[in-house]
Parts: sequence; structure tokens; C-alpha cells
Amino acid sequence: MIEIKGLTKKYGSFYALNDLNLTLEEGTVFGFVGANGAGKSTTFSILATLLQPTSGDAFVNGKSVKTDAHEVRKQIGYMPDFFGVYDQLKANEYLDFYGASYGISEKEREVLIPQLLELVNLSHKRYDYVDLLSRGMKQRLCLARSLIHDPKVLILDEPASGLDPRARVEMRDILRQLKGMGKTILISSHILPELAEMCDEIGVIDGGRLIAHGSVADIQAQLAGEKQITVKLKGLLENAVQFFEEDPFVSKVELEVEKNSITFNYRGTEEDQINLLRKALDQSLKIISFSETETDLEDVFMEITKGVK
Amino acid sequence: MKQLLANPVLVKEIKLRFRSLKSFTGILFYLIAMCIFVFGFIMLTTSFTGTGYFRPEESFFMFAMLSYIQLGLILFITPGLTAGAISSEREKQTLNILLTTSQTSFQIIFGKLTSSIAFLLLLVVAGLPIYSLVFLFGGVSPGQLGIIFLFFFLTMLAIGGIGIMYSTIIRKTIVAMIATYGTMIFFTAVTGFIYLVITGMNSMAAGTLASSPIAHFLQVLIQLF
Repeated sequence: MIEIKGLTKKYGSFYALNDLNLTLEEGTVFGFVGANGAGKSTTFSILATLLQPTSGDAFVNGKSVKTDAHEVRKQIGYMPDFFGVYDQLKANEYLDFYGASYGISEKEREVLIPQLLELVNLSHKRYDYVDLLSRGMKQRLCLARSLIHDPKVLILDEPASGLDPRARVEMRDILRQLKGMGKTILISSHILPELAEMCDEIGVIDGGRLIAHGSVADIQAQLAGEKQITVKLKGLLENAVQFFEEDPFVSKVELEVEKNSITFNYRGTEEDQINLLRKALDQSLKIISFSETETDLEDVFMEITKGVK
Repeated sequence: MKQLLANPVLVKEIKLRFRSLKSFTGILFYLIAMCIFVFGFIMLTTSFTGTGYFRPEESFFMFAMLSYIQLGLILFITPGLTAGAISSEREKQTLNILLTTSQTSFQIIFGKLTSSIAFLLLLVVAGLPIYSLVFLFGGVSPGQLGIIFLFFFLTMLAIGGIGIMYSTIIRKTIVAMIATYGTMIFFTAVTGFIYLVITGMNSMAAGTLASSPIAHFLQVLIQLF
């Protein structure tokens, strides 16, 4: 379980984090969304005990990052957004070094390392030098490294950044496996739709403040209470435009003649929406389809962070 | 002690150091330089005297010169090996990961310092066969050799410690290296100069000017001002 209480980090007069409060239950996959410099990496660095907060505290399974840093380190696996590897060290030696750094015995390491390499699909690269691996392979190896001491919590800062689509898919598959293992995962990413797929909860951070937190569906519902509806018709388009414009919950009606469709924003309840469709059919409008447009996470993010300073 | 030496950073650093050809060529050139000096010295001494043998005083002089050369080498190499120990991890972006492991900061620093000193000790030990030539001609006791090696070790530890300190507090390796070399020069050349000045002044006070050039130099300065 992760508890963040009033976490604040100041650099001079600049607030990198401002009174961040967050509670995550065990086994949750939490996606952290935010623009560059929003405070995601600062939060992760504090959780990874690399930065001391100016005020507030964070607890990993009850251990404070401020006073119990050593204990916290045993419980977290951290993968930074940018990281380097040692030259002239082979993949298995790389994992062996970090395994030893976590105090894992040589015997255990001998068993663990092939399993971890298998998990991240790098068994065939076991004896290759890490500095010669591709970016995607290095990312996967770093993920294996963060798992070597079997942490309960994984903190992954932009694990898919800079990867090609294939490597991203591979990374996503590994993360799904880890989710299946019951790990609590905190993940930040710019590729927002990927988070929507994987995460149980999402937090949107902007200017060091957590401005939205909840399930993907909850956050989408927070979108100023409006949804976009597209209606496809057969003929009578002008009549239909007039009909929808008269509804009190409808705004921004747009007609697309080529597609024979009308798109509008709707802020009514589901009941109102049912009534609207019923009335439209009563008006003899030839409706082929009446559907809500899927709002993707990037739209949500843009909408939520709009005007937040 | 066993636990200290099983330090993962130490093991990794030693492994990486000996995978690099640089380390071996470094030792090779160091030994070549020492051989040139020793054999050159023996050849010159025997040719000039025409006797074909080496007197014990000459042997001691050779030992002293060899020790100075080795000291100079230690002073020159130690900052290079230690001043980048932590800052290069920072530059390579491997430090953050290392800091999130269960290792304490002491273990990391101990591993880095020990690996550098281990390499320097290897360098010194590799030069022992050349040193042993001094014993062939007599004039130097094994105790003197032991003391000089202890002095080398303490010098490595001190300069290495300073290098690691700068490497930890300064972000850039190049700046840390300049700071370490600067401090090393202060501790050797500047303190050496101060020592000579004090010795010279003492000589002046005792009225025995002839033995120290520094005393003459100081006397000239005093007369000028």
C-alpha cells in the first residue's frame, strides 16, 4: 500500500510538487499522467528515496521514505526515465551485480537470473554486453533488474519512452504479466492510451498538483460532464440539425454532409439521452446509428489540464 | 572483513577494470619506465666508475630515486582513478539506480575506493621485482622497503580519499579531477616548499647556510626587501 500525505518539493520559490495526497491499495496499477515538468518524476524520485521532500511524507507499506529509506528500498523496484548501463558488463553479470547489491546470495542469484531474463525475453542475450543491446532490450533488462529482489512495489518512470512500436508492445505484455503477479505498479507515460489499457487508476498531475484521480472511466466522466454524440442519418439532415439544436442539453451541433452525420456535445443524463433518441425517432428522423464518441485519454488529459496553472 | 571485501561494487569494479586493455597497457608502460631507469642507472654507474661494481651507497641512491619515481606515479595516478569514481556514475546515469539498492553510501564509497587502491597496489607490487634488484647490490634493508611501501599505501589512501570526496560533492568528473589534482599539488609541492622554507630559516638561525639552497634564496629575498 502506498500513502502520500501532503508531499511538497520546493526548489527556491518553485513548487515541483505542491501538497500531493494519494492513497493506493496493494495490487493497484496506477498510471501517472502529466506534461513534462508536471511533477511525475519528482514524485517517483521521492518514493524511490532519491529525493527528500520539503514537507509531507510518503509511506510504502507503512515505511516512511524520510525516516525508513533503507526499508523502503527493499520494497520498491525503481526504473528511472533515463538510465545508463556499465560498459563491458554482460547481461547476466549486470543482474548479478544488482542482485548482490540487494544482498541476495550467490545461489539464489544463479536461479533467479535466468528466470528474470526469461520473463523479459532476453535469455538469448544472457552473455551479451549490456552496452551493445538495443534501447528496447536495455529497457527490458532494467525492468528485470528492478525485479531482482522481488519488490512489492514497482515504480516505472516512462518505461516505454523512446521505444519503437514493437518494443512498446513487448514492454506492455511484460507489465501485464507483472500485474498478474499482484505487484503494485506506479507507471508514468506520455503514451496515454497505453495507460488506459493497463491501469486500474489514473492520476493527472499538473504544476505539481494532483488535479484528477480515479479510474479511467471516472476521469473521463469528469470531463466537464459533457460527452460527444454522433448520429448517422439517411436524408433529412437539415431537419435533424434543427431538432437537435432545440434540445436544451445539446451544444456545438456540427453537420457533416459527406458522412451524412451530425455530431454534438451532450451534457444530459443517460435518461435524457434515451428520451432524446426516442423523440428523434418520433420525429421520423431516419437514424442509422446513434453513438457516443470514445474519448481517448489524450483528450481527457488535454481537457483536464486546460487552464490549470 | 570478509563481508567488506565481498562488496558488490568492489567486485564489479575490479572485474570491469581488468576487462579493459588500458589497465594492462598502463602496468606495462609503468614497468618499462621503471626498467629503463634502473638498468640505465646501473649501466651508467658501472660504466662511469669503470670498476664494474656497484657500491652500497649507490644502491641506496638508486632505491631513493626509485621510491621517488614510484611516489610521483602514485600521486599522479591516484586522482585519475578516484576523482571520477562517483561523478562518472552520475554522468553515466547509473548512480540513481545504485542508490536505490540496499547498499549503504559507505559500502558504495568503500567499494570504489578499495578497487582504485587495489589497482594501485597491483601496480606497486608489479614493480617489486625491479625493486628487488636493489637487494642484489645491498645497502637497503627489507625494513626500509616495508616502511616505504607503508608510506605509499597511506599516500594512496589519503589522495584516494580526497579524490572520492571531490567526486561525491562535485557533479562533473573533470572539475572533480582538477580539484583533486589541485589539492594533491598543494599537499605535496606547497607543503614541500613550506618545509624547505622552514628548514632554510632554521639553518639561518643556526648559522649553517651552506647546506641549503633555500636558505640562500631566502637570504637574497630578505636583502632585497
